[in-house]
Amino acid sequence: MKATFRGGVHPAHGSKAQTQGLATRSFVSDTVRIIMNMNIGAPSQPCVAKGDHVKIGQVIGEPVGFLGLPVHASVSGEVVSVEPIPYLSEQPAMCVTIHNDFADEWVELHPLGSVETVDPALIIPAIKNAGICGLGGASFPTHVKLSIKPEQKCDCIIANGAECETHLTCDHRLMLENPVRVVDGLRAAMRAINVKEGIIAIEDNKPDAIEAMRKACQGREGVRVQVLKTKYPQGGEKQLIEAVTGRQVPSGGLPIQAGVIVMNVATCAAVADAVIDGKPLVERIVTVTGAVRQPANLRLRIGTITEDIIGECGGFSGDVGKVIFGGAMTGMCAPNTSIPIAKATGGILVLDKQDAASVEEGPCLRCGKCVEVCPIGLHPLKIKIAADADRIDECKRLHVMDCTLCGSCSFICPAHRWLTASFKVAKQKLAAQAKKGGSGK
Amino acid sequence: MSLILSPAPHVRTKNTTQRLMLNVVISLLPCAAAGIYYFGLRAAIVLAVSVVSAVLAELVWQKLAHQTVRINDFSAVVTGLLLGLCITPSAPWWMVMIGAFFAIIVVKQLFGGIGDNFLNPALTARAVLLASWPALMTTHCTPFDAVTSATPLMTGEASTMQLLLGDVPGAIGETCKVAILLGFVYLLVTQTIRWEIPVFTVAAAALLSWALGLDPLTTVLSGGLLFGAVYMATDYVTSPLNRWAQIVYAIGIGVIVVIIRKFGAYPEGVTYAILLMNIAAPLLDRVMPQKIYGCRKARKEAK
Repeated sequence: MKATFRGGVHPAHGSKAQTQGLATRSFVSDTVRIIMNMNIGAPSQPCVAKGDHVKIGQVIGEPVGFLGLPVHASVSGEVVSVEPIPYLSEQPAMCVTIHNDFADEWVELHPLGSVETVDPALIIPAIKNAGICGLGGASFPTHVKLSIKPEQKCDCIIANGAECETHLTCDHRLMLENPVRVVDGLRAAMRAINVKEGIIAIEDNKPDAIEAMRKACQGREGVRVQVLKTKYPQGGEKQLIEAVTGRQVPSGGLPIQAGVIVMNVATCAAVADAVIDGKPLVERIVTVTGAVRQPANLRLRIGTITEDIIGECGGFSGDVGKVIFGGAMTGMCAPNTSIPIAKATGGILVLDKQDAASVEEGPCLRCGKCVEVCPIGLHPLKIKIAADADRIDECKRLHVMDCTLCGSCSFICPAHRWLTASFKVAKQKLAAQAKKGGSGK
Repeated sequence: MSLILSPAPHVRTKNTTQRLMLNVVISLLPCAAAGIYYFGLRAAIVLAVSVVSAVLAELVWQKLAHQTVRINDFSAVVTGLLLGLCITPSAPWWMVMIGAFFAIIVVKQLFGGIGDNFLNPALTARAVLLASWPALMTTHCTPFDAVTSATPLMTGEASTMQLLLGDVPGAIGETCKVAILLGFVYLLVTQTIRWEIPVFTVAAAALLSWALGLDPLTTVLSGGLLFGAVYMATDYVTSPLNRWAQIVYAIGIGVIVVIIRKFGAYPEGVTYAILLMNIAAPLLDRVMPQKIYGCRKARKEAK
């Protein structure tokens, strides 16, 4: 039976067709700009200086704090600058720019061998040293996710291959082209924390990926494929857990409180690379699509610059309006084309001037379509009124903190109201308030 | 090169306010056509006066109140059309005009305009006209020859086929059930409304009338029940937001209609049934809240 969740929408039908059938090809540019805050948590501390020679896989940023991760050079060559650059958020990002000498020199790797025989205690440190964070977009450090406390129980790890975002096909291609790596990574994570069940969850619009993953699961212990209905946001962590296990993550809690850990399939593959080959995370698949001449799925080094990527895809087609990092539902607008991709960048979507034209907000009809589609069961129309009036306590009462910012309500709203955007602001204000209150205690 | 910056999502539905209202207008065309076919020019005049007055009222109000003029969202057209379709073809033009002005200015704009009225504008206007000019509002006429006549609800004389096709005295848009069903299907296909409210309203009315010894088929096919269930009860603003509340709201309408018809002084009760449930809608939303993801346990613990 196909599993699913309540609510949801079907945005941008057919948007995946542009790149779905395109095999992944590699592209390596002559310069990479690697930012230090690619994951949730404190930015890493650069540990190289201008003029240094680095090899692929060499640590160039040291982890800082509990959620910190090391950052590795993705090409070999000379460090040409260490300086902050503007990035997707308002804060500039510290960035190490490396000029590629194309010698492809790697640092010495320490492979651990087969995921089925490796000492489970070595797996989580290997994941941390490889600098792996959630590659589906959330960029939460994977080793922290897997470091569960003794009192917490986890009986299932879900590999998220739903890929519900519009336009993106990078996970689809990965499952088709490298299904065994996905299973290996899932098995490694299962063995690391002694979990017996692993489920690879895939939407039913990817029958070839389902087939490939089923084959890869044959003869492997405790892993299987779960087919999901195609509906946005099926790949959202909360919705995925509900669909696959029937459990819900408690309000304000983490998936582990529902006894589940969710990892993106690309994260699984990165874990396999880290364990089997000892390779740090230096490249990933990125879908480049929309208003570019040759849409593609590219295997790119972390830090590849947008401009070079667009050039590799034949340049823009038509007048450029927006360059979006991610899909059309949750992606962020790039401020310019000289910013690089990060670990969690799954796609670059270019919208032409017409598609990117800003929409005017009309009065709320109270049609209730936002209520109908909200996968959490909120009343977006009411939260929006409270948020616009800056009544953030009322927003809190209306459960804005449970909102996952999936964007379904904004998508469906006939008056084109900026619902999700105002919830994001309200959530930030409430988080800031809680921080203040917390430090006072 | 300057890039456009905006928050997510970057894709929006094509079903805009204007499109949804246009869908309702399109879905009402078969009803209007049937009304004009049966009742002739006078029906056409009622509809035209109603629509023009409603749009004019909206335009003038928004100009005078220095608001953005939004008559191109078609919502006033919908209100005007609905009002015209739910009154008798023999209604004098000045009465229709007063009704349309009342619907737009008093019921809709005075309460804050689109999305803020707590009663259905067209239906409230109909109720006001019925209370003000009861004789004019209940003077019905037979199709084609326009002889003054009572509706089948008063006389009980009409074959099922006549009721289905609308070959009976009644309000302009309410008599032809085939046209209403056609419009209903269009509204469902274009995802303008959901099926629950009309279906539960009609089912509740049929079930209760059967329990009370009435013929359920006649109950459903006579008077304004079907028209009210499809076009009036489903009004976005005045129906509940939550799924279960919507179902209870719909059942409430069906039940009240039958109670008024069977025990009340009026032969017809759809208008009052819907208006009563309009008022109850916010209460229903409150007592039947939606389940919020991840809050099930928390609520149990709180108890």
